[in-house]
Amino acid sequence: MGSLPELLAIDGVMLVVVAWFAIGLAGIAALHNLAFVARVLFPLSASLSLALAGFALPALPGAPQVAVLAIGLPDLPFHLRLDALSAFFLALLGLASAGISVFAGGYFRQGEGTAPGLLCLHYHLFLASMAMVLLADDAYAFMVTWEVMALSSFFLVTTNHRIAEIRRAGFLYLLVAHVGAISILLCFGVLQANTGDYTFANMRAQSLPPFWASCAFGLALFGFGAKAGLLPLHVWLPEAHPAAPSPVSALMSGVMLKTAIYGLVRVNFDLLGSPLWWWGVVALVVGLATALFGVVFAAAQVDMKRLLAYSSIENVGLIVVGLGLAIVFAAYRMGSLAALALVASLYHCLNHAMFKSLLFLGTGSVLHATQERNLGKLGGLMRFMPWVAWTTLVGVVASAGLPPSNGFVSEWLLLQGFLFTGDLPNPYLRMLVPVFAAGVVLVAALAGYVMVKFFGVIFLGRPREEKLAQAHDAGGLERLGLAWLTAGCVLLGLFPVAVIEVMDPITTALVGRGLALSGRAGDWLLLAPMSAERASYSPILFLLVTAAVVFATIVLVRRFYHGRVRRAAPWDCGFPAQTARMQDTAEGFGQPIRQIFEPFYRMHRELPTPFDAAPRYKVTVEDPLWGWVYLRIAAATEAVSRWVGMLQRGRISIYLLYSFLTLVALLFLTQA
Amino acid sequence: MTPFTSQVINLFASVLLLIAFAMLAQRRIVTLINLFAVQGLALVGSTVTVAWATGQHHLYWSAGITFVLKVVALPLILHRLIRRLNVKWDIETLINIPTMMLVGIVLVVFAFNLALPISEFSQSIARGTLGIALACVLMSFLMMITRSKAVPQVIGFLAMENGLFFAATSATYGMPMVVELGIALDVLVGMIILGVFMFQIREQFDSLDIHHLEKLKED
Repeated sequence: MGSLPELLAIDGVMLVVVAWFAIGLAGIAALHNLAFVARVLFPLSASLSLALAGFALPALPGAPQVAVLAIGLPDLPFHLRLDALSAFFLALLGLASAGISVFAGGYFRQGEGTAPGLLCLHYHLFLASMAMVLLADDAYAFMVTWEVMALSSFFLVTTNHRIAEIRRAGFLYLLVAHVGAISILLCFGVLQANTGDYTFANMRAQSLPPFWASCAFGLALFGFGAKAGLLPLHVWLPEAHPAAPSPVSALMSGVMLKTAIYGLVRVNFDLLGSPLWWWGVVALVVGLATALFGVVFAAAQVDMKRLLAYSSIENVGLIVVGLGLAIVFAAYRMGSLAALALVASLYHCLNHAMFKSLLFLGTGSVLHATQERNLGKLGGLMRFMPWVAWTTLVGVVASAGLPPSNGFVSEWLLLQGFLFTGDLPNPYLRMLVPVFAAGVVLVAALAGYVMVKFFGVIFLGRPREEKLAQAHDAGGLERLGLAWLTAGCVLLGLFPVAVIEVMDPITTALVGRGLALSGRAGDWLLLAPMSAERASYSPILFLLVTAAVVFATIVLVRRFYHGRVRRAAPWDCGFPAQTARMQDTAEGFGQPIRQIFEPFYRMHRELPTPFDAAPRYKVTVEDPLWGWVYLRIAAATEAVSRWVGMLQRGRISIYLLYSFLTLVALLFLTQA
Repeated sequence: MTPFTSQVINLFASVLLLIAFAMLAQRRIVTLINLFAVQGLALVGSTVTVAWATGQHHLYWSAGITFVLKVVALPLILHRLIRRLNVKWDIETLINIPTMMLVGIVLVVFAFNLALPISEFSQSIARGTLGIALACVLMSFLMMITRSKAVPQVIGFLAMENGLFFAATSATYGMPMVVELGIALDVLVGMIILGVFMFQIREQFDSLDIHHLEKLKED
């Protein structure tokens, strides 16, 4: 390397963080200059995202790098560390945010709430704090950056703060974020085991007794679960995601939820050392409940961004199911199976970051083109917005988990993990875990249903409103962002072996084993996580065969059937006088699911009478947990407050009596 | 220490306690102020006795300050105050004096019980009187609770300070000089502020009855 000191990856990452911060400040300097902020700063920030991924990926297989920053309180510097796990999530941040930032450059418009410069500051603070969360190596740095992340995203969510509903969503988000942060802080307090040293290095060195380790696990699951949207702390997600501008939703759903997953992995596999098997069961139950809940509610939504928010809840649930499985395997010292489950989980993180960002950005374009978020007023947009439609189609396929997309790879890996649970030594687990596998399959199937609804109602069929015919396709920067994420989805789906090889150092560091695919007979073409005899999957072959069959079918149909392209009104079934109102609606499509899962929902239906001249059908679906948990907590808080409020009597003698009685009681206690 | 000085200190202590009881039962404001002055005088007497018996010279200073402040200055200020507020001959309706007395006796028993283990650790010659000091504090507090007019409450507050001071001398030969000076100043300043408040209260409500303050409560 000569005389030049080698630029360590961790320094590179910090440079990117500083540069993001500088871009944010530049945004403040050009507060109302939208063209500068959108056309210069955001693309610049996207190139920094790429640089971040470029620094992080090569560092993945290397030894952990550490740094100590002199910022913070006296004698309490920030410890930073870049190891395989951090590098993986940093790469995820870089790859996803590159597409999102480019898209954001074309997305933000004048007069949408916060001034563009301020928005730019919040956005880049958010990015920088997420990167710092992933780098943090002591509880202090972690909590500070975690809170910066929560606050900056709060301001991003409340960009349109003049709308009361959005302020309410923002408040709910902030509240849940802080409750979670308290839990995380307590978790670190348990992890440092009374040594007073809050660095992660010290926490790694401690071996906690099972009770305290379980406490730390529970606190971590609660705290990070609040950020990730696990049941029953998911309530902020369906409120905050629709409230935020689309690139922000994409960033929050695609990347920020993953920082919570990162925290869970960090605490469970790195800081806590050896896990107990029942933690895994807890994570499995919570994850599966979350996934089922998310997908069932996604099926009932009529607001496209709310639908995606519930779908995010579902995906986070699946990721946590994978983590739970990994914990179970790790607890029984089944290293390579734990590695398989962990890889499935992390792979799904990466996939979800890509396809959910893509879908949110797609809804952003639709929203800008039509000013409409309600599925019931969209439809037939594929003809008017081909770019958005085709890229969204890729995201939809990935989200539904169809081969050869990336979503299939991770779900397949997860199910492969479940198939090996027959080797577990605990008989009850052997009986229980297949039930979870069945649940995961159900979730995957319902996710397909949800995605059909999402895509079909927005892009297929006929426009349900007149104005939709004027919808314009996305602009240049937006297209670039969408294309980037689409390419990510496709490549992650087609080359899983290469991706999993990159992830090997992570599992080696955390559960002691890698999947080590490269040494096996299955080469880059064939993904065979355990052995080729048991199960293998080759996405490229699958794609080629599928494409060949589809192509052949098209050719055959053209040749032998009618031989020409006909453009006909879709779904008209030969009925001559057809209107857009006749086609299947979002409500109609979701109706069977609403019937089957009726006990899950709190539904209010308004049915028209048969004699109504202008019949209207309205159904609202509410979250039952809101009533079961949150309203009760609120009512209890109010009752306690009212009770405490009775202390206020307005008479000095009563107040004096309080002091007097307290004094006497305390004196009595000291005497005893 | 001679048994004689010990007896003298106990005498002063009992006078203090007696006056505390008297204040609890006293309806007239003027008499209340005079009782307060006499209590101060008893305090000065006990402090001088302790100082003389142990040769602690700074206690003479404390006694001097106490005399100037609590026997002369504060009663004078209070007298002027009630004259200007025109409440000199006010009579306060108390809630059931015998009950108050009984509660006071319970407090004394409680305070003695409480002080027993503490005074065993004390090296002071006047350690037996700690219970009395504590009883004085609690009873002054009780007086503040039961009174409904502003001036008697202020006197209760001042009497509580008397009890504290007595506790300090009896347990540890008084506090350091700086602390004592600080407390003396506090009491004086507090007195002035409370006086100002009393004028304000009367302007607002045309009365010094603090029941009117209940209107300030937010619903």
